[in-house]
Amino acid sequence: MTPLLAASVPSRLVHLSPIDIVIVVFYFALVLSIGWYLKGRANTGEDFFMAGREMTAWVAGLSFLSANLGALELMGWAGSAYQYGILATHWYWIGAIPAMLFLALVMMPFYYISKTHSVPGYLQLRYGEPSRALSAVSFAFMTVLMSGVNMFAMAKVMQIVLGWDINFSIWVSSLTVAIYVTLGGLRSAIFNEVLQFFLIWAGALLIPILGLVEAGGWTNLKLQIAERASTQYVHLWSGLGSFTNNPMGIHWTGIVFGLAMVISTGYWTTDFLVVQRVLAAKDLRSAEIAPIIGAAFKMAVPFIVILPGLIGLAVLPVKLVPESVARITGGHSYNDVLPLMLARYCGPGLLGLGVTALIAGFMSGMAGNVSAFTTVWTYDIYRPFINRKGTDHHYVNMGRWTTVIGVLISVGTAYLVMQFASIMDYVQALFSFFIAPLFGTVVLGMLWKRATGWGGFWGLLSGTLCSVSMFLWVKHDPSALRYVALSPHAKGLAQDMYQALWSFITCVVVTVVVSLVTKPIPESQLTGLVYGLTKIPSVGKLPLYQRPIFWAGVVMVVFIALNIIFW
Amino acid sequence: MISIWFFIGISLAVNGALILAAGIFQLINPPEQPSVVLYHLHANVWWGAALLVFGLIYCVRFAPKRKS
Repeated sequence: MTPLLAASVPSRLVHLSPIDIVIVVFYFALVLSIGWYLKGRANTGEDFFMAGREMTAWVAGLSFLSANLGALELMGWAGSAYQYGILATHWYWIGAIPAMLFLALVMMPFYYISKTHSVPGYLQLRYGEPSRALSAVSFAFMTVLMSGVNMFAMAKVMQIVLGWDINFSIWVSSLTVAIYVTLGGLRSAIFNEVLQFFLIWAGALLIPILGLVEAGGWTNLKLQIAERASTQYVHLWSGLGSFTNNPMGIHWTGIVFGLAMVISTGYWTTDFLVVQRVLAAKDLRSAEIAPIIGAAFKMAVPFIVILPGLIGLAVLPVKLVPESVARITGGHSYNDVLPLMLARYCGPGLLGLGVTALIAGFMSGMAGNVSAFTTVWTYDIYRPFINRKGTDHHYVNMGRWTTVIGVLISVGTAYLVMQFASIMDYVQALFSFFIAPLFGTVVLGMLWKRATGWGGFWGLLSGTLCSVSMFLWVKHDPSALRYVALSPHAKGLAQDMYQALWSFITCVVVTVVVSLVTKPIPESQLTGLVYGLTKIPSVGKLPLYQRPIFWAGVVMVVFIALNIIFW
Repeated sequence: MISIWFFIGISLAVNGALILAAGIFQLINPPEQPSVVLYHLHANVWWGAALLVFGLIYCVRFAPKRKS
């Protein structure tokens, strides 16, 4: 164990009873059994990397959401809710729902019709090899870092809740993921993600229910939060008119333009970790419906993530502190709020299920990262640049080995993550580096036929460099945040929003300028890739309630209503 | 191929049965000092029962023999 970790080890929160241990062991046995059962169905590249493209809309949709329900969701955002109040919900609602609907209705047809294996694969079709190479390498880099974040978060939870050694947790979870993904490929990852989705809800749903009972209902909870913190902790929008009127230190322009329009849309539409699940759908209609199903459930996730953080703010007898302070004082940090709530309400059996839900969340995120990394490495780096002439069987074997190697790199990354003070800030920084400019490149490629290969490449590169430069600038001189976020009152998360916005704008401007001075791509080469040159297949004469557009409308109405209710 | 929903049914049913059993055991042998808040609600009894019923429904509905 490193000195840093040894210094931060608090006494364990709970002791598992034998029945809890049986539940946890049963979970590991079941996920490994599923991987073993599916090993015979991952013999071709299409099976191993794309799950045979035969997933139903429900399976693809729940997997799409579950791959995102990693450590960040379960532990990080519960901690953020304790720290910033209900403002953290923006990352679930405006920071997800419009983007998921945009993916379903606007972008998915291009991904699906082009029959690409990956997002970098689409860039190759649209812009050529340089853009694909840049995107694939940056994605592979980001993915293993994200996987390391997942591992670290899981090991930390196990350490706090159960007193397990952090190294033991990292190795047990990572080897389990490596085994079931290596055996069954993407199909195994997707099946386990759907299982994990149910376990997460079964294990976590009881906390907000019992929490609301203890607090005396939502109205009483709001009063208690106002007493212990501020009334602004329970308002989504009313305090965003100024950087100083809300606990997050952010302005509504950062939420709307930085988070909703750039970071979130970039993540949900171009991060191959989630898009890969939808590409495995059996037909275009299923691929369009899947993100809409994911969006519907995404709106409900704050109930099991944000609400426990708010309840913790009201009922926990101890005051939680930032990670840096917790390390020194030996107290509990914001990120500990979910395990603390679990220990508060869950007795024998329920505790085992709650711990299983956390492990499931972490493992689904890790498996998502590993399977996406494997596909991008094999199809977008190894095949085009290292070995073009391999057989399908050779690439499947490469995929299996890459899964194991990817997990090992992630393990190494997990130890690197420990050097960062805050998991959340770290992950947000990563998103801003790569996702925002990638979104600019992909969306211009889909919607603007004049965008050229070199335009896409230089736009992507300059956007990424812009993001990294701003990050390093603020890191070196924290007062520079006033220039990046346009206010001397801006705080950490505001930096990420504006950093993403500037890198997106840089990418778009450079792409447009370079495209206009370079030779256009012939329209005949853009068929099936660009809006206006692609005939989108009709869904046929389906009744209204079976059409993607209808359900997207329903989700949007609920989304608007929720924002008004919690304004 | 066995449906994913069948695996989910097994998982929920087994977990529900274990949690229900733990809850009933606590009802019969109540601890002197409850370790959790709201112990008197016996959440593990009704939550375990709900998971068991839900899981069994999935197991029956998506059992492999019916699928074939």
